[in-house]
Amino acid sequence: MRYLDEYRDSGIAHALAARIRARVTRPWTLMEICGGQTHTILRYGLPELLPQQIELVHGPGCPVCVAPLEIVDRAIEIAARPGVIFVSYGDMLRVPGSRSDLLRVKAAGGDIRIAYSPLEAVRIASENPARLVVFFGIGFETTAPANAMAVWQAKQHDLRNFSMLVSHVLVPPAMRLILGSPTNRVQGFIAPGHVCTVMGFEEYEVLAAEFQVPIVVGGFEPVDLLEAIAMLVDQLEDGRAELENQYSRSVSRGGNQPAQQLMHEVFEITDRQWRGIGAIPASGYRLREEYAAFDAERVFATEEIQVEEPPECIAALVMQGLKKPVDCPAFGTRCLPERPLGASMVSSEGACAAYYAYRRHAAPEVAR
Amino acid sequence: MISLSCPAPITGTGSVLLGHGSGGKLSAELLRGIFLRAFDNPLLARLEDQAVVEVAGARLAFTTDSFVVKPLFFRGGDIGSLAVHGTVNDLAMGGAQPLALSAAFILEEGFPLADLRRITDSMARAAAAAGTTIVTGDTKVVERRSGDGVYVTTTGIGLVAAGVSLSAAQARPGDAVVLSGAIGDHGIAILSAREGLELDGDIASDSAPLNGLVEAILAVTREVRAMRDPTRGGLASTLNEIAAQSHVGITLSEDAIRVHAGVRGACEILGLDPLHVANEGKLVALVPADCADEIVQAMQRHPLGREAAIIGAVTERDPGLVTMRTTFGTTRIVDMLAGDQLPRIC
Repeated sequence: MRYLDEYRDSGIAHALAARIRARVTRPWTLMEICGGQTHTILRYGLPELLPQQIELVHGPGCPVCVAPLEIVDRAIEIAARPGVIFVSYGDMLRVPGSRSDLLRVKAAGGDIRIAYSPLEAVRIASENPARLVVFFGIGFETTAPANAMAVWQAKQHDLRNFSMLVSHVLVPPAMRLILGSPTNRVQGFIAPGHVCTVMGFEEYEVLAAEFQVPIVVGGFEPVDLLEAIAMLVDQLEDGRAELENQYSRSVSRGGNQPAQQLMHEVFEITDRQWRGIGAIPASGYRLREEYAAFDAERVFATEEIQVEEPPECIAALVMQGLKKPVDCPAFGTRCLPERPLGASMVSSEGACAAYYAYRRHAAPEVAR
Repeated sequence: MISLSCPAPITGTGSVLLGHGSGGKLSAELLRGIFLRAFDNPLLARLEDQAVVEVAGARLAFTTDSFVVKPLFFRGGDIGSLAVHGTVNDLAMGGAQPLALSAAFILEEGFPLADLRRITDSMARAAAAAGTTIVTGDTKVVERRSGDGVYVTTTGIGLVAAGVSLSAAQARPGDAVVLSGAIGDHGIAILSAREGLELDGDIASDSAPLNGLVEAILAVTREVRAMRDPTRGGLASTLNEIAAQSHVGITLSEDAIRVHAGVRGACEILGLDPLHVANEGKLVALVPADCADEIVQAMQRHPLGREAAIIGAVTERDPGLVTMRTTFGTTRIVDMLAGDQLPRIC
């Protein structure tokens, strides 16, 4: 299959691994931002191919993991109301809220539907005028254009029964938080290829220059990631700190302009809570005032929510590159995919889920 | 340290979740926590796809299966053919040829008779192709909106061939793992037919009766340890069950597992692992290594086994765990699904 087989080719992968081994002279800690990249790394066992000196830590780019507990609880509260059709990406259904999750609300009679696109929710709203249809609009810059399109279409068609529960977050402010922390260990970043497909990479050029840190925009296949790691190692060994684009078959400097225009039309920048990490200024989107009628938080006046996070969960430290999932005493014992303490164990992009699914057999030093 | 503010385990709550029907971990918990507890007996405790009962010197295989697939008609089959194949295959995995089937229908008020005729015609054809007949049945009608048109339950009895004793608890270190063909066709065919997904639907379900292929395998040797058809939960779940029941490890070779291009593409788009996607016309056999090649050759001569291959081996290491040697030469775990977010597939 084109664009797939060549990026999963064992010969190319081993050649890249050899290039990294030949180049590396001392330890480097690298972070891939996106949870999709984390899953590829663990699924293909890439750490087994890399020299000991390269440590990969896993970033905050798992939309399900960083969606704040408060918004999950709010979603659960709205989805349980009679007359509501709650539409969500499948991943969010198993995410534990303070006291329940969406799957249990569904089992108790809530009309919760899984969609692959927010436009499906718009269609459901137009077909069910007597019901209030709510889409759970979470994610990074990657899902923002489709969510913006859904709200924009709902406004065009004057669909008064459609609204969106928005908890959009942005990658660059989270990288800024990690880089600005006194405990930061990350010396080079693999930037998220899909986010950059939408947004371009000018924001990352700024970060690379400001923090003097190499950043390579990377794809999602194993060969993409090994090439991005090789490019980072070259920069680090050369003493350079630049933005480079490995994922050039998808990412351009300016990104997808029509998508950005639509996002700008519908959303505006706001402060956002990140699950476990806390509030990050100017780190997300909310609906603009002109689209307030489609904002589920305004449509449904929900009561003040008291959140309860399991204190044992270390997902926030994992997402900042400070810990590995296997460092958690609950990993694989009190926290399992079917009984998660935190979202990172259930999301298909969560680092804890990736370690559990692919690497829990390995001795800790191999899992690293 | 167990925190008091931990969310209560999902599996501890008082109602059935869709994931309980996924064929993965939640299904296994439901089976153990409810059914095995209530019905506890040695035949059931074997946890095979069929029970084998001795009657007057003959060994009869006995099995039942309900079908709630949505949509009812899909490329490569329909709920009727699926219901026949499912039960024939559950018998076949015990080394049995089907003697007779029953069929029970739960019909929803308002369901078109033309569709029911189409389904029953399909069942008759499928039964004939498997060399059996439907000899008894039952019908119930429920009120509109109490069902999805039609649910079908089939039950079958079959005769186990002499000298054959198959069980998922019999895999031994050194055995070879043989797979009859490419995986994931059925699950992706169902997903493609589902409204709203807009996948190009040239992928047909592999739904087929496997008793002929089983006959071809058993003609080589009766020493086969276990056979399973990897339906719900896919090949990954089936092999995890065998590894657990036999207290052995299983290592697979990623290169050896075939996935058709259309299925691969769909899995890429939908974020699925083909190892977790359902099949309805494939079998995996655990066989002694010294007859594995001959079994594969015999399977390849059968129309349903043309793509048969050895995909792995049973090991002493890591009992209960299935691992895979990736195309990169690295190793990863092949896990069961924890839950399920797919529409109903069988």
